[in-house]
Amino acid sequence: MLITIHSNSLLSLQENSVSLWCIGDFGNLSSDGGFEGDHQLLCDIKHHGDVMDLQFLDQERIVAASSTGCVTIFLHHPNNQTLSVSQEWVGAHYHIGPGSPSYRSAPCTGIVCNSPEIVTVGEDGRINLFRVDYKEAVRTIDNADSSTLHAVTFLRTPEILTVNSIGQLKIWDFRQQGNEPSQILSLTGDRVPLHCVDRHPNQQHVVATGGQDGMLSIWDVRQGSMPVSLLKAHEAEMWEVHFHPSNPDHLFTCSEDGSLWHWDASTEVPEKSSLFHQGGRNSTLLAHPSSNQLNVNQSLISSWLSTDPAKDRIEITSLLPNRTLSVNSLDVLGSCLLCGTDAEAIYVTRQLFS
Amino acid sequence: MIPGVNSKKRQMCFDWGPGEMLVCETLFKKKEKEEKMLGCPFIYIVRKDIDVYSRILRKLFNESHGIFVGLQRIEEESTGKSRKAQLVRVSKNYRSVIRACMEEMHQVAIAAQDPVSGRQYSSQVSILSAMELIWNLCEILFIEVAPAGPLLLHLLDWVRLHVCEMDALSADVLGSENPNKHENFWNLPGNTQTLTELELKWQHWHEECERHLQDGTFASNPHLESLCKIMLGDDSALLEQKELLSNWYHFLVTRLLYSHPTVKPIELHFYAQSSLDLFLGGDSSPEPLDNILMAAFEFDIHQVIKECSIALSNWWFVAHLTDLLDHCKLLHSHNLYFGSNMREFLLLEYASGLFAHHSLWQLGVDYFDHCPELGRVYLELHIERIPLNTEQKALKILRICERRQMTEQVRSICKILAMKAVCNNRLGSALSWSIRAKDAAFATLVSDRFLKDYCERGSFSDLDLIDNLGAAMMLSDRLTFLGKYREFHRLYGEKRFADAASLLLSLMTSQIAPRSFWMTLLTDALPLLEQKQVIFSAEQTYELMQCLEDLTIGRTESRDLEGQRLQDDDIETTKVEMLRLALARNLARAIVKEGTLEGS
Repeated sequence: MLITIHSNSLLSLQENSVSLWCIGDFGNLSSDGGFEGDHQLLCDIKHHGDVMDLQFLDQERIVAASSTGCVTIFLHHPNNQTLSVSQEWVGAHYHIGPGSPSYRSAPCTGIVCNSPEIVTVGEDGRINLFRVDYKEAVRTIDNADSSTLHAVTFLRTPEILTVNSIGQLKIWDFRQQGNEPSQILSLTGDRVPLHCVDRHPNQQHVVATGGQDGMLSIWDVRQGSMPVSLLKAHEAEMWEVHFHPSNPDHLFTCSEDGSLWHWDASTEVPEKSSLFHQGGRNSTLLAHPSSNQLNVNQSLISSWLSTDPAKDRIEITSLLPNRTLSVNSLDVLGSCLLCGTDAEAIYVTRQLFS
Repeated sequence: MIPGVNSKKRQMCFDWGPGEMLVCETLFKKKEKEEKMLGCPFIYIVRKDIDVYSRILRKLFNESHGIFVGLQRIEEESTGKSRKAQLVRVSKNYRSVIRACMEEMHQVAIAAQDPVSGRQYSSQVSILSAMELIWNLCEILFIEVAPAGPLLLHLLDWVRLHVCEMDALSADVLGSENPNKHENFWNLPGNTQTLTELELKWQHWHEECERHLQDGTFASNPHLESLCKIMLGDDSALLEQKELLSNWYHFLVTRLLYSHPTVKPIELHFYAQSSLDLFLGGDSSPEPLDNILMAAFEFDIHQVIKECSIALSNWWFVAHLTDLLDHCKLLHSHNLYFGSNMREFLLLEYASGLFAHHSLWQLGVDYFDHCPELGRVYLELHIERIPLNTEQKALKILRICERRQMTEQVRSICKILAMKAVCNNRLGSALSWSIRAKDAAFATLVSDRFLKDYCERGSFSDLDLIDNLGAAMMLSDRLTFLGKYREFHRLYGEKRFADAASLLLSLMTSQIAPRSFWMTLLTDALPLLEQKQVIFSAEQTYELMQCLEDLTIGRTESRDLEGQRLQDDDIETTKVEMLRLALARNLARAIVKEGTLEGS
């Protein structure tokens, strides 16, 4: 299941359809934090292939990435509560082109939107830049990667960052011609595939990635080619990582091991013991010794970039009460968080910071 | 009827799959003079488990999976009352899931726009209702194990729930007054009275009623009189109100209420059988549901399960119920001839059905985990056959296999994915999969592919991969060679000739380079030999010469044996001669350089 939030509605997919739900009014919360009014399915529409990624393009349009290599824009009509296909790029991702007799499509694995532009990446190692209402891709980088590209995010607007299955982050600048990345960052040691990436909402050089071994890494793309910190997190693949859009000291990760974690780097309580002494919290810090940090003159130093383990007090909370099947996707907005699992269940919490 | 197959003139053959059947046209006996007719070229897939695809039933599968897993984890040590209470709670959870589905399906049935699907949904609703009815009865009789007193109470609730429900669902007004009468009679605060006290009380009341009837107190009012008769448990009086009693078990419970309220569990089946016979009255024969309920009243668990398996279209019900009853230690270990017991057999069948679905297979995994005898084998066989449409799905499968130390399956799945990647020219992905499986052989294959590309094109593709192999380089010798060879090129590009030279030599002397590649390596050495300054030392030059000799000796031998074409010989000979010349010249310069005072 895949989820994304945009104000009051949320999308989910089940049995290869894209559905739009309304989860009620934010204003009405009962005293115990429960919901007033239930969730309600507004409309749905069939989707060919598995939905690999889903994002709102704007208030009314949703972009879906398919395992058939197709990228579709769905339009929501609030008057009659229906979804319709607004635009479709068939064959956005493929291994061998449609011209050849042995045409093979490839799943599109990740999308990121910045209306009217949509960037997609896939198992074919290709990057596409689409613009709404343009039939052909505005820019395509073929064979951008020899392995699968799992996710993509925008850094500064003409730049994107991709992560692949040999543990590399690559930065691409669309202003430049040519098919080479402008920068490559990677972990040394094992080539652990990276599955998800998210950029800090305010600081465009801070990026978080999640890997196949459940490790969370925080990177500063301006300096060095190594991560700032590596945090051992989940016991299995980390499928999604998200910074909270308005409270970026909070980070959320979900994993194949069936857990959803809330990372809170905002705590400034001196009495709190450091992470090493806290039992039951499965995290070790391997800080990257970078003396460059001291030279930064910004007034806002991200708490994520702090490298001193003694000062670094990230509070980690597991948000799902019981072990479930894999949590595939999550999204967060305001004080509302939701996630979807392989047991075809969606969990919603609306009192995130209570 | 299979479309396209002329069943009169052709025959069909079939084969069973995990959840479906393959059917195609064939001809078993080939007659010589048989005309060659155009037959049907298709193979048909016949699926039985349409339930798996119903959107609402999926909720049943998902939620019950959670309950099932929770049940398996209930502590074995907890015995007695707490354990029983837990098991009852699990049973009620299962039932509430069934009811939730029923509710939803009912809503959809009402909202359905075309009558055919409306009827389909309605029939599903009645199936679910029957399932809940049976489960509820089993809960009362087998799990709750209600003793003599409360047994009737439970049965009353059971009937009331279902009678009311069925009536509500068919939008009829509930006309029966009988349920309401019970409340007053069974007003037992705290339930402190013993069974005998109750029996005594009831006996008194019954006798009083009887006296009233015989005295003719109600003679003036026929309704009141028949009411009195009913309350005395008079069968014929009850049967007169047949329309109000929707079915024979309603009749049964009503009878018991008025004639034998302290009925003991072992006596139940007498009354059940007679109620059934009286109610049907020879007009109709019992239906499957009736047989199932009767078997339950007879406390014949195996019969209940057997009848349910036959009557219901998928294994969900029997699998979960049997598992629960097994936890109540009610099933005798009834070894079926192929080695597993009934609980396991049913769970295996159910889980196998789940594997036919493109996403519900994940639930099936947990079921197999809890089948101690054959679960592992079933899982191994099924998991290898899940279609690997996307990498994400493959990763989930691999994670499941790794957690259970199914190394064979991991290796085989990674090999499939790596092979696919190589075919699609995604060498980075192929390498990534070989690393995951720790498959040295495949890593060698991928490296050979890279090297082949290099020889053909003269340059490396996918430099981002080769340059950043990291620790993965150690996986296979060929991969290490690839990495080191690329490093040689890099060093040469950076003009670090001495380092490049020693690296090149070590690649050959350490035997890491495949023999077939030596010629290329030696040819790469040429520009280094031709440089103005002396790069290879004398020692190194001797070694290079040795390598060249090793190579050419091998060549001459094979040439003698096979007899080569002349052109190849020419190119080879020229190359070898050029090399010999370059090496000799370099040797000379090196000796001179090392011999002089500055050079040492």
